[in-house]
Amino acid sequence: MSFKKVHKTLIILLGVMLSLVWIYPFVIVLFGSLKTRSEIFTNPLSFPTEPTTKNFPTAYENMNFTQSFLNSVLIMVVSVFLIVIFSAMAAYALARMKSKWSTVIYFLCAVLMLVPFQSIMIPLVSLFGRVNLLNRTGLIFMNLGFQSCMSIFLFYGAMKSVPISLDEAAYIDGANTFQIFWRVIFPILKPTTVTVIILTGIRIWNDYLLPSLVVNQEGMYTLPLQMYYFFGEYTIQWELALAGLLLAIIPIILLYMFLQKYIIEGVTEGATK
Amino acid sequence: MNTKKENLSYWLFLIPSLIAVITVILIPLLYGIYTSFTNSDGFNMDFVGLENYQQLFSDSQFIESMWFTLKFAFVAVIGVNVIGLGFALIVTQKLGKVTTFFRTLFFTPNLIGGLILGFIWQFIFNRAFVGIAEMTNLDFFNGWLSDPTTAYWGMIIVFLWQMSGYIMLIYIAFLSKIPYEFIESAQLDGANAFQTFIYIKLPLLAPAFTVSLFLTLANAFKVYDLNLALTSGGPFRSSEMVAMNIYNTAFLQYKQGYAQAKGVVFLVIIILISVAQIYFTRQREVDLS
Repeated sequence: MSFKKVHKTLIILLGVMLSLVWIYPFVIVLFGSLKTRSEIFTNPLSFPTEPTTKNFPTAYENMNFTQSFLNSVLIMVVSVFLIVIFSAMAAYALARMKSKWSTVIYFLCAVLMLVPFQSIMIPLVSLFGRVNLLNRTGLIFMNLGFQSCMSIFLFYGAMKSVPISLDEAAYIDGANTFQIFWRVIFPILKPTTVTVIILTGIRIWNDYLLPSLVVNQEGMYTLPLQMYYFFGEYTIQWELALAGLLLAIIPIILLYMFLQKYIIEGVTEGATK
Repeated sequence: MNTKKENLSYWLFLIPSLIAVITVILIPLLYGIYTSFTNSDGFNMDFVGLENYQQLFSDSQFIESMWFTLKFAFVAVIGVNVIGLGFALIVTQKLGKVTTFFRTLFFTPNLIGGLILGFIWQFIFNRAFVGIAEMTNLDFFNGWLSDPTTAYWGMIIVFLWQMSGYIMLIYIAFLSKIPYEFIESAQLDGANAFQTFIYIKLPLLAPAFTVSLFLTLANAFKVYDLNLALTSGGPFRSSEMVAMNIYNTAFLQYKQGYAQAKGVVFLVIIILISVAQIYFTRQREVDLS
């Protein structure tokens, strides 16, 4: 074996070890969820001696999984759909139509993107409470407000590289502004659309604090919110707590298994642009 | 296109996003700045001038949480960047398909929300660690979350676990932009892997450092979910970060005017960090073309 080959094998070995360490916390959750209560105390780390799946139905039922999962899906899907359409439209106006307002709006968005949630959450809750919008509709609207600026920037950047001659050709063919945007430009921006869906989708799905302030009522709980109450109740019954955690993780891991290429690309794009 | 019609469609395209951003961020921001000069408790508010801001300086719990956040951010930023860069260097080696597999696993924790990550580690520290202590008779593994020092390190560990994979992606993006000829010619000149890293890759990674340093800094300052799920600020509020301090002041003690003054100070800190990032990134960018 040449020196280079030894070198390569060593790095692969290092990588394998690091990946195992990195993933082990999830493995502990998986193993733990398959154990009985007494075994978690005698053997918290390794594979269960007598694996059981009986924790899952109890956890599933006690955390109202179906309901909170559907709430999360509903809020995420509607929010992301609106964010994509409206941000792409706004970016189109900023990139393609001449107005002295564009610079002002662009700058405003850049500044507002920096505002930390903790600096505005108190007035946000109090103002939306006054107009009875502390519910799922209000949450969707707030998601739109919080995620728009980043999405607009991503679309704006992508639109800059689409040649304006496409717009002009469509205009000569008799298309109006909305048709040019919807039929010509928006389809070209598909990769950016995927990025925006992934980035805003993950953020909204995982968000705990905003939903805890806005939809903190039984029946409206999202998955993280439900998880918070569920975990608080079951910290002595670790086997149920772990089964619940595993249930909450599974949807994202499944999605990640199928879409990992797009997710990694999308997150990289969002972080470096 | 006539101007009037174009003007109308300009605003029609912008209006949905604009309304959302203005009502969800801009108006609460302005109203919040006003609130910080009042004694609002959520129901009544009277103007009290700078009283809240004066009170901040003698609020030992707030100063404590600010200090904890700074200590946390300092170590977290260094740790995340060292691990993230290390991961990036491993997965950008020419090892074939296996690197994709490594990258996928390293990034996984970042996909899960801070709340769930915090709960997972609450189990690990409170139960799995105790199991290790019983097995090995090492007291070192006992009561990690009930001691201020180990609770601090617990927060750091989970944050590193969550963020390193994300920062890795930034370093990968910058590493893959380095032209291969640079590395090849260094190797032809007899440079080993370590020398190639120090003299070629590191200087060209300068912009990646600034981006990731400030990105982790801002993220470390804003930690809330993880803090809540792992320690809830305990033991004895010793691991309470600024974000949690603001939340508790506003929604547990109902001192909303006062909490808002803390929020404004928090805003100023975050903006300073972000502006510094933009300034330094622009200054240190290396032109490869």
